[in-house]
Amino acid sequence: MKKLKKELTVDQKIKRRNFLSFTVFGALGASAYGGWRWLYTSPEETAGITAGAHKPLRRALNKTEIFFRRLTFNENHLVKTYPRSMAAKVIRHNSDIGSEGKMPPENWKLHVMKISGEVLQITLEEIMKLPKTGITYDFKCVEGWDQISHWEGVRFIDFINHYNLQAEATLQYVGMETPDKQYYVGLYMPSALHPQTLLAYQMNDELLNGNHGQPLRLIIPVKYGIKNLKRIGTITFSNSRPKDYWAEQGYDYYSGL
Amino acid sequence: MKVIKEKHPFLMRWTHWVNFPILTIMIWSGMLIYWANDEYSITIFGHTFVKFFPDWYYDLLHIPARLAEGMAFHFLFMWFFTLNGIFYILYTIISGEWRRLLPNRHSFKEAWLVILHDLHIRKMAPPQDKYNAAQRIAYTSIIVMGFGSVITGLAIYKPVQFYYLTWLCGGYHLARIWHFALTIGYVLFFVIHIVQVILAGWNNFRSVISGFEVINEQPIPVIETPNEDEKA
Repeated sequence: MKKLKKELTVDQKIKRRNFLSFTVFGALGASAYGGWRWLYTSPEETAGITAGAHKPLRRALNKTEIFFRRLTFNENHLVKTYPRSMAAKVIRHNSDIGSEGKMPPENWKLHVMKISGEVLQITLEEIMKLPKTGITYDFKCVEGWDQISHWEGVRFIDFINHYNLQAEATLQYVGMETPDKQYYVGLYMPSALHPQTLLAYQMNDELLNGNHGQPLRLIIPVKYGIKNLKRIGTITFSNSRPKDYWAEQGYDYYSGL
Repeated sequence: MKVIKEKHPFLMRWTHWVNFPILTIMIWSGMLIYWANDEYSITIFGHTFVKFFPDWYYDLLHIPARLAEGMAFHFLFMWFFTLNGIFYILYTIISGEWRRLLPNRHSFKEAWLVILHDLHIRKMAPPQDKYNAAQRIAYTSIIVMGFGSVITGLAIYKPVQFYYLTWLCGGYHLARIWHFALTIGYVLFFVIHIVQVILAGWNNFRSVISGFEVINEQPIPVIETPNEDEKA
């Protein structure tokens, strides 16, 4: 037998709808909170090339990197440059991990590891003979500060061509390390080959001093300061991510701008 | 007689409540990032009125030295914040709700009357409709602000690839200031919003969860008159 459905009174309708919506609201709220606790207390990633981030967050950083790199990175997108007169006279010094104290050019050689296994040893004098390029741009630190500064040196792409490293440049990554191996960065090749990336030996009108990576440092304007390694000792090329100091401390590996 | 009056469509309620925790996480992770270079304050004629932020505040919320963690959270939840915002805007456009949300030519004058009324200076309330004039302005502004946060955020996130956005924001340095100022704006909005919700009472609050309000209608005898609409 069919039960006749009675029309609900307004009060019943109100009660019913309130109950339903508040139950759903509560359940969704509770699961959102549960999801947040899951993420917030999720384990750290296994330490490797990257370390120090929550596992799901590292995944998200890597995916986001791929999205922005593929969609937006273009070597024709140049960093804004400024008139030389706007460059800071005193350049901010934040860290000297791996580049403490002085390193006179005569005690230093740049080591470049070729695919063949051959190691190029290059003096500062030789590097200074290559075409010189200067740039005045807004240096950006991952901490949030920025400073317009002027740098001079040889473009990385010119360096690659001069030393016949075209084959190396077809690999995906460049790695750079300080001579004492205390600080190291990994760079995605297109950022390294970007026309504004410099191997710099001069800041304003002076050769680099102890604080700023004497005698040769990287200036890579398409990256945060953390990738602008001071005092380059060794350059390597590879298809896998080279180790990176700050990526081991929970920072994004790409750190591109 | 009690009558159920539909007020907030489901998708309005959904996007509103999804936004709430996401924006909270964005503001919190934003503070973790800001701490690393906390240079902003309100200083007029050499006197600092507010410093963003005092040490006790940082310590209370366990902010210090979590830059990397803050960035990781910020760059994940930015997706949800943006997508939820796009979803809401599309919904208001498609459903036609925008007509009840956007300020019209009377709104700016009326909003002033709403404020006077809320402050108990003026007795008569201006027309309410679904949203009154002040609400229209506030709820439209908050969407414009959300859009601003995404634009200024992208301008400082990828200032080289999105150089035109950075230019639009007045440069990298200024874009960061805008991004911060908008966040302070959300907090101010939130405070006023909460006060208004409390003052408006239960019936109003419930409608943002269940979608309807209960109103008391005087039974009016129905007078049968030929109506143009009914013929159509």
